[in-house]
Amino acid sequence: MHELAVTESILEIALRHAHAQKASRILEMHLVIGEWSSIVDDSVQFYWDIISENTIAHGAKLCFRRLPAVLQCRQCGHTYHPDSRTLLCPQCHSKHITVLQGEEFYLEAIEVENEPEFTSPA
Amino acid sequence: MSSKIPVVEKILSANDRLALENRARFDAAGVFAINVMASPGAGKTSLIEQTIRALQGKLRIGMINGDIATSFDADRAAAAGAAAVQINTGGDCHLDAVMLQSALGQLDLSSLDLVIIENVGNLICPAEFKLGAHKNVLVASIPEGDDKPYKYPGMYRGVHAVVINKIDLLPYVPFRMDFFKEGIEALNPGVVQFELSCRTGEGLQAWFNWLVSEARKAALR
Repeated sequence: MHELAVTESILEIALRHAHAQKASRILEMHLVIGEWSSIVDDSVQFYWDIISENTIAHGAKLCFRRLPAVLQCRQCGHTYHPDSRTLLCPQCHSKHITVLQGEEFYLEAIEVENEPEFTSPA
Repeated sequence: MSSKIPVVEKILSANDRLALENRARFDAAGVFAINVMASPGAGKTSLIEQTIRALQGKLRIGMINGDIATSFDADRAAAAGAAAVQINTGGDCHLDAVMLQSALGQLDLSSLDLVIIENVGNLICPAEFKLGAHKNVLVASIPEGDDKPYKYPGMYRGVHAVVINKIDLLPYVPFRMDFFKEGIEALNPGVVQFELSCRTGEGLQAWFNWLVSEARKAALR
């Protein structure tokens, strides 16, 4: 359960980018989480609702894009999703594998509302 | 008007940056630092105790212990002869680079050769938070079962050395060493491995030798 620390980081990153763009409100947060990153969506959502209060990110929708683990065999080139009983290549049983996907954990983008441009009265 | 801002920033990048600062402090002092992780009861503290005793006179050792509430483990390390600092995480399931940074202020790195950081007992969270140690070490133990690399791939991928403790229990516990090692090697090819028993002392010497040789390399950096 390290989702509190993680959610604080997510908020810090989002606010920094939103302020740099002079956004008045953050509407959506697009997070990418690999299968092998041990992050629980529901816990992040729980902490998010609490810690984003009184910030421009309050009420922003958290959108999680989960990426399954994808392994590639270095022997025969086969790509596959590991099952729970083995990590070896299902085709040639080699243990020489490369992890292509599954360890991601980043904020991909934020959807923001921009402050209306100040226009001087005509 | 709404718009989408591309961010693409790793969530733990702030922690990663601080970990680099911690690493720089170790490097400046010529200290070799290891981050020892394991599930509760795998034998982290026993291994550290044995290490401190065995390397007395060879390496000057500091120990930083992360625990949820008690200081039992730091007390054991101090009794064994190390300069020990306790971090109580107050419920947090892992150490992070900030906690380590404040603990480092309590150790005189210039008088040490090796810093052993004992992380909170947990196979999930500590893998995500870099601390700045030179080597991440995972202590696995026979009674935990041979399926752990498959269940905790994140942990097994992020380490530089795996210590397989409690090998004296192999005759009594169903544990397929081949299956276990197959998982480790698939996830983390070429990772340094030690098979040992803190209780009988079997296999400990290879671990001690590795620490001494890595600490010598760090001192020359």
